[in-house]
Amino acid sequence: AMEGGPSARIREGDCAVLKRDEVFKAVSVLRRRKIIFEKQWFYLDNAIGHIYGTTFEVTSGGNLQPKQEVEETTTETKEAGTDNRNIVDDGKSQKLTHDDIKALKDKGIKGQEIVQQLIENSTTFRDKTEFAQDKYIKKKKKKYEAVITIVKPSTRILSTMYYAREPGKINHLRYDTLAQMLTLGNIHAGNKMIVMETCAGLVLGAVMERMGGYGSIIQMYPGGGPVRAATSCFGFPKPFFDNLHEFPLSKVQSLLSGTFSTETLPADPEENALGEEESNGLSEEKQTALQETGEEPATEAPMEINPTEEQDTMDISAEDVEFKETKEKENKENVREKQIKQWERRKKLKEAAALLREKNADGLIVASKFHPTPLLLSLLEFVAPSRPFVVYCQYKEPLLECYTKLRERGGVINLKLSETWLRNYQVLPDRSHPKLTMSGGGGYLLSGITVVLEKDKSDSSNSEALKMEEPSSKRCKLQDLPC
Amino acid sequence: MSFVEYGDTIKDGDTAIVFLGHESMFPVKVQHGSVTQTKYGVIRHSTDLIGKKYGSKVTCSKGGWVFILHPTPELWTMNLPHRTQILYSTDISIITMMLELKPGSIVCESGTGSGSLSHALIRTVAPTGHLYTVEFHQQRAEKAREEFREHGVEHLVTVTNQDVCKNGFGVSNIADAVFLDIPSPWEAIGHAKSALKAEGGRICSFSPCIEQVQRTCLAMEESGFTEINTLEILLRVYNVRTVSLQIPDLGKAAEDNSSTGFDSGSPSHQGSLCANLQQGTVQFKSGVPLREVVGHTGYLTFATKS
Repeated sequence: AMEGGPSARIREGDCAVLKRDEVFKAVSVLRRRKIIFEKQWFYLDNAIGHIYGTTFEVTSGGNLQPKQEVEETTTETKEAGTDNRNIVDDGKSQKLTHDDIKALKDKGIKGQEIVQQLIENSTTFRDKTEFAQDKYIKKKKKKYEAVITIVKPSTRILSTMYYAREPGKINHLRYDTLAQMLTLGNIHAGNKMIVMETCAGLVLGAVMERMGGYGSIIQMYPGGGPVRAATSCFGFPKPFFDNLHEFPLSKVQSLLSGTFSTETLPADPEENALGEEESNGLSEEKQTALQETGEEPATEAPMEINPTEEQDTMDISAEDVEFKETKEKENKENVREKQIKQWERRKKLKEAAALLREKNADGLIVASKFHPTPLLLSLLEFVAPSRPFVVYCQYKEPLLECYTKLRERGGVINLKLSETWLRNYQVLPDRSHPKLTMSGGGGYLLSGITVVLEKDKSDSSNSEALKMEEPSSKRCKLQDLPC
Repeated sequence: MSFVEYGDTIKDGDTAIVFLGHESMFPVKVQHGSVTQTKYGVIRHSTDLIGKKYGSKVTCSKGGWVFILHPTPELWTMNLPHRTQILYSTDISIITMMLELKPGSIVCESGTGSGSLSHALIRTVAPTGHLYTVEFHQQRAEKAREEFREHGVEHLVTVTNQDVCKNGFGVSNIADAVFLDIPSPWEAIGHAKSALKAEGGRICSFSPCIEQVQRTCLAMEESGFTEINTLEILLRVYNVRTVSLQIPDLGKAAEDNSSTGFDSGSPSHQGSLCANLQQGTVQFKSGVPLREVVGHTGYLTFATKS
């Protein structure tokens, strides 16, 4: 990490986030790769080497150029009106036509100048109030002065981006809800965390960021392998992944009952995906294609395009004996490679199983599309006593059921079902107010702390449950029954 | 134990949390020979606590029992002795994320107050980061130092007793983030800027009143901060309850059948809706909001130094 040291510079191969006002987009920094963002086409080549946080303009050639700090000439008290009683919105106040503006753009006129032209050619501008003029200028600037800032990915940036662009991929987990999870879960360096998420790896990345490479994480996954598309956006250094393990959900029951074996491995997704290109490349179509299949492999190593295999398909027509011999040798190598891979996977699985079997994890984070109850009831077994756990669910009702089942199970205290309400503000002199649109919901959280689970579930767990319960309000005594 | 590292067993000198039941807990300093009074009886530290596993149930002298929990900044926030109004975990969570804090981060904070946020920040930047916290009240600064010592985190924090508006944070050009919770944050913006690293540092100011926010945003803009953004966040808690509602008597249509809309034989037995025609009630599970909730803590303004 580069805390307190020199600011990070944009490098080729980085995952960077493009920002324009409130719009974000994650891209791979690659030379001669055309990027489309906010109706603009450009190459990132010129950005390489600049400090993250630099703001650029797009030149007519599609190149990036750092924006010069232009001193906003303090406008002499311009002519302004007092209110809009006489302003008629007939759509005819702007004298420049679409073609006129296009011509200006084609001539390469800078956005700033275009805005100035629009102001001068607006018949109603000087009648607007100062505030309305301000708003008008801001709006035109937003449209014509296209500046792009390249920012370094972080939980803040990526969680905001995903919530705005692809909320479906993260089960509509709003960024403030994610923030609560990280704090309620006491995620910090040195923890041994269990994470189960189907949020494209965003939650995993957030946990990894807060652990700073210290400690260990066991990611539980459904199906063939964990999806870590978002995780790769964070740009963590390689050592961060040394203590990241994964374990299939499909083996959890066997692990808990003591019948776990590595004989039957979940289907190897890498075999299915051979021949596809670039897993970590975040070019749009490929990225969405990968994410939609849902069979995405662990993305630490890019998927191999086996060069010998490709060559095979190209030279298949040649019937050389020599060719056949080299082909047989290559096949043998492939088989051995696969065997080594399998052996490595088995070894990793055994390691993860051993870590889980210790039943001493420092916390559990669940954020998935699955019903939370079975996940919690099984995964809590791996968590040490006096440790926090947090479950996210897009809907409230499954968490009601989860709460009830946890009370029945015992061994948990301080259960809390909550959601956060978030509101953004516009703060300007004499114009401060909440913003006009806000998110209707960011999901729900159920959190709690584990305690030593007592084996005999007689009276003790009942009185425990009652003691842990919030007292019913007196007025509703007849209607409410604690669950 | 420490607030930045989990331990398994309770040791002499630990700060542990005694949990008695719903929202009833308090911190205790574990010491050989000490006793702690609870409504369930006495807890003897030497026999009941030291050596026991965190998360254990401890039976008190009168027969009732409690759980002993490992401290965390969140539990500390709920149980610390207030010297000032404090920040709660809801605000602390969003502050931590929006300031992009993580292990190794250098953070500046003022005022220290009761140390609620301080403990959370220290936990997040450990083991390689540092918190520089400034408090202008001498006794509060001293109490904070004492607590950090007791909690095993003194190596991660520096408490300075001065006025941040006049004298800044005591460091320059190194902070990844600055947090302000003071009456006149606009007076400290300049100092915040100089404490922050050259590029990309983050700042947050917390103010209860919108007028303070307006002044602070203006000061931030004038100082060259970008990405200025103000928000507020509130926690809504739900109590999980099984609710029974009575079925109203609408009389009979014909001589025999009365249809209530809730037929016991009907497929509406979804598990969540359960009609008890005998008692004339329908039961369902609900997440019921609390009667009174926190409606406002303060506005949070974030910005980036560029």
